[in-house]
Amino acid sequence: MSAHGKPYVREVSRYAWFFRSPRYLRYMVREVTCVFIALHALILLVALRRLSEGREAWESFLHNLTGPAGVVLQLVILAFAVYHSTSWFNVTPKAMPVQIGEKFLPGAVIIGAHYAGWFVASIAVLFLAGAF
Amino acid sequence: MAKSNKPIVWGLFAAGGTVTAFLTPALVLLTLLPAFGVMPELLAYDNLRAFAGLWIGKLILFGMLFLMLWHAAHRLRVTLHDFGVRADGAVAVAVYLAAAAGTLAAGYFLLRI
Repeated sequence: MSAHGKPYVREVSRYAWFFRSPRYLRYMVREVTCVFIALHALILLVALRRLSEGREAWESFLHNLTGPAGVVLQLVILAFAVYHSTSWFNVTPKAMPVQIGEKFLPGAVIIGAHYAGWFVASIAVLFLAGAF
Repeated sequence: MAKSNKPIVWGLFAAGGTVTAFLTPALVLLTLLPAFGVMPELLAYDNLRAFAGLWIGKLILFGMLFLMLWHAAHRLRVTLHDFGVRADGAVAVAVYLAAAAGTLAAGYFLLRI
């Protein structure tokens, strides 16, 4: 107990603290990407199920996915997935700094390498899946 | 020193986040393209069945789903705390169980292909 009365405690909302600063908000958007990653995983699970059920089930699944609701849902997931990727790669120099002798590899090099790898991996997936 | 599961939990989270960062946008694009008139060959029933029929295909799909689900589950656990939910024990059980259930379901569907 303080002899000088009640100490000052700044009031911080337990539920909406992240609106206090753009930094907090960006952090929260990054964290919330996981909801959309989970949603995408769920779509992939349904896809596997429909694929296991036969040709008709698969084709009706694909048909639903190309409808307006499917397209909007996937566009939203795509936006959050891209935000996940960029925010993930942008912290790689902090998550795994590369030291060469006395010096550290500049963060921009590590981030750049990840973006290049991301680009190559994306093209490879689309190419191997016969998208072009 | 006390034993901790943290390195495993966090290691899988990081692995999942990395796999997701590299692959998810392209995978979403893959299923989005048919709506815009481009049909990736892999999405044709016979081709996808053939891919998921291979052991290597099953392994890739299973591993990918496991890591994605684990990543999302772990981050959701932390995020719920950030949103003011103060029940980490219950939240942890719920999210990790959901990820495990999803992983098992993936294995089950894959074995039926």
